Amino acid sequence: MSAPPVVVIQETSKIYQQGEINVIALDRVSLTIRGGEFLSLMGPSGSGKSTLLHIVAGVDRPTSGECCVRGIDLKRLNESELADWRNQNVGFVFQAFNLIPVLTAYENVELPLLLTRLRGKARRTQVNTALELVGLADRRNHLPRQLSGGQEQRVAIARALVTDPPLMVADEPTGNLDSQSAHDVLTILQALSRSAGKTVILVTHDPKAAAFGTRTVHLEKGQLLN
Amino acid sequence: MALPLRYNLRNVIVRWRATIATILGVALVVAVYILVQSLAVGLEKSSRNTGDSRNVMIVRKGSTAESSSQITREQFQLLQYWPQIARDGRGQPIVSADVVVMVTLPRRESTAEAHVLIRGITPAGMKLRPQVSLVAGRWFVPGRREVVVSQRLAARIANFDVGAQFKTGSHTLTVVGWLDGARSAFDSEVWMDANEARSIYHRDNYSSILARVVNETAGAALASRIESDKRLPLRALPEVQYYSAQTMTAMPIRILGNFLATAMSIGAVFAAMNTLYASVGARTREIGTLRVLGYRRRSILSSFLVEGALLALVGGILGCILSLPMHGYSTGTISFESFSEVIFEFSLTPWLMAKGLIFAVAVGLVGSLLPALRAARLPPIVALNSV
Repeated sequence: MSAPPVVVIQETSKIYQQGEINVIALDRVSLTIRGGEFLSLMGPSGSGKSTLLHIVAGVDRPTSGECCVRGIDLKRLNESELADWRNQNVGFVFQAFNLIPVLTAYENVELPLLLTRLRGKARRTQVNTALELVGLADRRNHLPRQLSGGQEQRVAIARALVTDPPLMVADEPTGNLDSQSAHDVLTILQALSRSAGKTVILVTHDPKAAAFGTRTVHLEKGQLLN
Repeated sequence: MALPLRYNLRNVIVRWRATIATILGVALVVAVYILVQSLAVGLEKSSRNTGDSRNVMIVRKGSTAESSSQITREQFQLLQYWPQIARDGRGQPIVSADVVVMVTLPRRESTAEAHVLIRGITPAGMKLRPQVSLVAGRWFVPGRREVVVSQRLAARIANFDVGAQFKTGSHTLTVVGWLDGARSAFDSEVWMDANEARSIYHRDNYSSILARVVNETAGAALASRIESDKRLPLRALPEVQYYSAQTMTAMPIRILGNFLATAMSIGAVFAAMNTLYASVGARTREIGTLRVLGYRRRSILSSFLVEGALLALVGGILGCILSLPMHGYSTGTISFESFSEVIFEFSLTPWLMAKGLIFAVAVGLVGSLLPALRAARLPPIVALNSV
């Protein structure tokens, strides 16, 4: 028996207005992702894969159609509710790591936890566990500029998983990394899906990276190919 | 939940050049604000420090200052034995009719001239002003052309050293001592014998009468008796009240201070705004990341407001420190009541400092409001995609 669906996208479109021209980034896409699945989203540049990822992560809103994540229709949430929802449900990994340069690795990982009810020791334990999980416990007091690209991305993964969200989304997380670091990062994401049961969505145009997933879907010109 | 303060602290340190420029801008505004206001406070203090609560000042009706008042000898004779006026051990009324004359004398360190107030005073008048003390030389001797000048005034007027002589009209006066008015209006005066002053300045009349009254009720009774006596076009009021009304001079200084501070604060607001706009610009992607992590708009807004206020507060503290050395520094201006030289001190009070800090924080908040709003309004997806 397969796991229940975590993400259900139905007839979702996203149209950007560029001057007088409408650019269709997503064209009536329907997709279901089940719990624990590691989905690789592939496609050429401008195919709409990042847009789709942003909609699922509650960072962007679709022009039409529905996007339900764990039974919640994201359309119904206002700006503040959506911010809270992202904090509790989504771990985001970016291509450029997006760590706060003035904060240490520890403080970067701690940032999402500052919005939760966790206090003091419990918060410290959780941050340290997340850093240990990505193998960077000994780098906790380093600033991002004192870390290598691969280490920065692992800190970013620790930040994404520190709140224990059911959904992890990664937008070209290996785009800026050498092959060894890329392999490390993908292995961590795979482990999160396999052993922690997290739903992972990976946007990439590298077939080798996509191969880490349990399923791969292709997007082209805003439409799903298979 | 707000972003941690260390995030702001480290950001302002990273952008240290812009931070220092903003802090210095605010510091300058606050220092100017505090200094000009402290002048006004000092002037008011000097007026407030003057007078004895047991004394009543009598001047001509309609005169706001002694120098523009006249009291005839007949009027003085008429009222000096009234029962409301206290007597000394020998039964003599404790009352002094003073002659106040304005003379023009050269300044010590320039060729310019200043109006100086000379008070012809009686021994009773000196007893009525116990706060005035001799700090150098000796008191003048009646019948001789001698004066005792304020020590603070001596720092600003030529030939006011003890033993020096200066000319006024066709007469030469010798400075035989320095007086200290205990930071009162008497710090701006030259004292000499009343009869001598009347003689060399050809005054038949007196300028004012200072009288010790039996008690407060007697003071009020004296005032109403003078008011109702048709032969006396005079006005009596407590000496303390007379001097505290002489604070009009502080008003233009206050207005100037407020104007200067307002004008300069507009500059400081723009400096803070510029710094924070640059900061928001440089941190756009960071803001996007924070929003994705779950931080709400108001967290971003308050974080930038706090940063602006923090910068300005540091500037404010620096401004206070910069202005501190001027505390107690003696200076002078022209009185708007008597047009004579008035000596007073910069007076930096804790309340003035607090006002300076509040002012600084206000400048910081106003300056950071627009950049903070821009940061908070950035849609996360737009912020994330910024380079």
